[in-house]
Amino acid sequence: MATTTFSHTRYVISQNLITFGAFGLFLILVLFAIFGTAIAPYDPLASNSAIALQAPSVAHWFGTDQLGRDVLSRVMVATQLDLGIAVLAVALSFLVGSALGTCAGYFGGWPDRIISRCIDTLMAFPLFVLAMGLVAALGNTVTNIIYATAIINLPLYTRVIRSEILIRREAGFVEAARLTGNGDWRIMARHLFPNVLPVMMVHISLNMGWAILNAAGLSFIGLGVQPPTAEWGIMVAEGATYIVSGEWWMALFPGAVLMVAVFCFNLLGDGLRDLIDPRMRT
Amino acid sequence: MAKQSTAQIIGKRLLGAIPSVIGVIVVTFLLTRALPGDPAAFFAGPAATAEAIAEVRVTLGLDQPLLAQFFIYIGELVRGDLGVSLTTGQTVVYDLTTRLPASLELTLAGLVFAIALALPLGILAATRPNSWVDHGVRLLATAGVSLPTFFTGLFLVYVLYYKLGIAPAPLGRLDLLHSAPPQITGLYLIDSLLAGDLELFGVAAAQLFLPTVTLGLFALAPLARVTRASMLGMLSSDFIRTARASGFPPRQVLFGYAFRNAMLPVITTLGVVFSFLLGANILVEKVFAWPGIGSYAVEALVASDYAPIQGFILTMALLYVVLNLLIDLLYVVIDPRAGVQG
Repeated sequence: MATTTFSHTRYVISQNLITFGAFGLFLILVLFAIFGTAIAPYDPLASNSAIALQAPSVAHWFGTDQLGRDVLSRVMVATQLDLGIAVLAVALSFLVGSALGTCAGYFGGWPDRIISRCIDTLMAFPLFVLAMGLVAALGNTVTNIIYATAIINLPLYTRVIRSEILIRREAGFVEAARLTGNGDWRIMARHLFPNVLPVMMVHISLNMGWAILNAAGLSFIGLGVQPPTAEWGIMVAEGATYIVSGEWWMALFPGAVLMVAVFCFNLLGDGLRDLIDPRMRT
Repeated sequence: MAKQSTAQIIGKRLLGAIPSVIGVIVVTFLLTRALPGDPAAFFAGPAATAEAIAEVRVTLGLDQPLLAQFFIYIGELVRGDLGVSLTTGQTVVYDLTTRLPASLELTLAGLVFAIALALPLGILAATRPNSWVDHGVRLLATAGVSLPTFFTGLFLVYVLYYKLGIAPAPLGRLDLLHSAPPQITGLYLIDSLLAGDLELFGVAAAQLFLPTVTLGLFALAPLARVTRASMLGMLSSDFIRTARASGFPPRQVLFGYAFRNAMLPVITTLGVVFSFLLGANILVEKVFAWPGIGSYAVEALVASDYAPIQGFILTMALLYVVLNLLIDLLYVVIDPRAGVQG
């Protein structure tokens, strides 16, 4: 019994090497997010003008920035903030989107019409522009970056959940639940919604990458996170001034880590999709 | 159901865009009123006295109820009054119209670049499933959406400008030695050709090259992915098998039959691609000091100058509605069935 489980696991892993690689990378990112501050070799905010703008060396693997801060330490510490913003934003828009989408799909009629109309209005904006406008209007804080990222992701969750619920609304297990005396809300929460969750995991993973990019983009143009806080987008923005004079390490390392993080979530999402529903593969 | 003429369908689609426009205006209005602090104080500027702020409040109609304010806002929009930018001292409408062509040129160039690469790559991958081309395209598509545009841009600048010296400095649409061609379309590439100035065309194209590649790489990924999937679906369908069995030459089967049908999902994806492009445009403009409306809005954000930001968001949203409408119409023109079902 144990050997068959083992060989089956080995088979699944060998068929999805890239996905498991991405999962490993994901665990590393999570480790950095939790312990980044503790294991960073230097204080991410300690400036020292004597060692400003040094190229990568044994002492400073990623070099130092214009204030002599260690780039490696800043990149490590920033993991928590960047992932934190994305996780909170995605969680928020998943929760709200699930509630809205489930109601719209299950009840149909006027709740569906109102919800769909609101979502269409959000979709009428280019999403990054809407996020920019929201942060400008709500105020330039990290909390509002989270809200803005959550709002621009809301259409995705609402629409996907609505259509998934719509497919299952008349399914046998729903009828059975209704016949045994379950109320509407109970059917939605206990029977329909759990049924949609596996599909949603794929979207959440793909969406995480997009949320990280979006938040980093906003801080790159000067919204949300303010200096001297360590954050990937703002570090690239600070490094941008120096790249034309050859100091490439300040922008390259945070940018590369940002890219790897997003890539990891996208690969993970693709892999999950292949595992959960091979027909969705494109 | 009676079959509708193309004109009727197009009319219907045009009407269908009206709710979007209304939605956009309402949301932009609400964003205006949700501004932090007192909008009147912002519009009056940092040096304004209490009387000046009160005066601005009355001029802006901020002392009136929300619904009345909404109608005042509509009135201003109809008159084309979006306020005055504190940083440039010009009206927002003037700033936006002078800077819009730069953004359009960049967005269109990026789109053309993305389509020119994505379609062949997608078709190549679909005709050779599970080959190295296919895996390469899949990797490129996943990597493409993972690229932070601002980072790709900086990386290209470092390699091609600083290291190799091939590309010009990332400082706007033209170098210091040249001045803009006489304005006809506002797109330097076209205007310089119309003026018959090939040297200027070369300079403008060189400046445009890196931002275009940066923007195009980002938009390429979803297009290549959809092209591949859609072509794969078409190539395994019955009518392609019939066409092949009837002995049509492979080229005709591929392009005449499969490609034309496979284009429909690709056109639908263009809506999402434009959303990407318009957003990424802002970042690319900042990296390359491109004098478009994106960098204008970013400068205004830094200076807490809110009138330009509102104008910018409204412009972008209306532009996006128009683009979506065009995509819709293109779809109707290409696919005669679209109107019958809709």
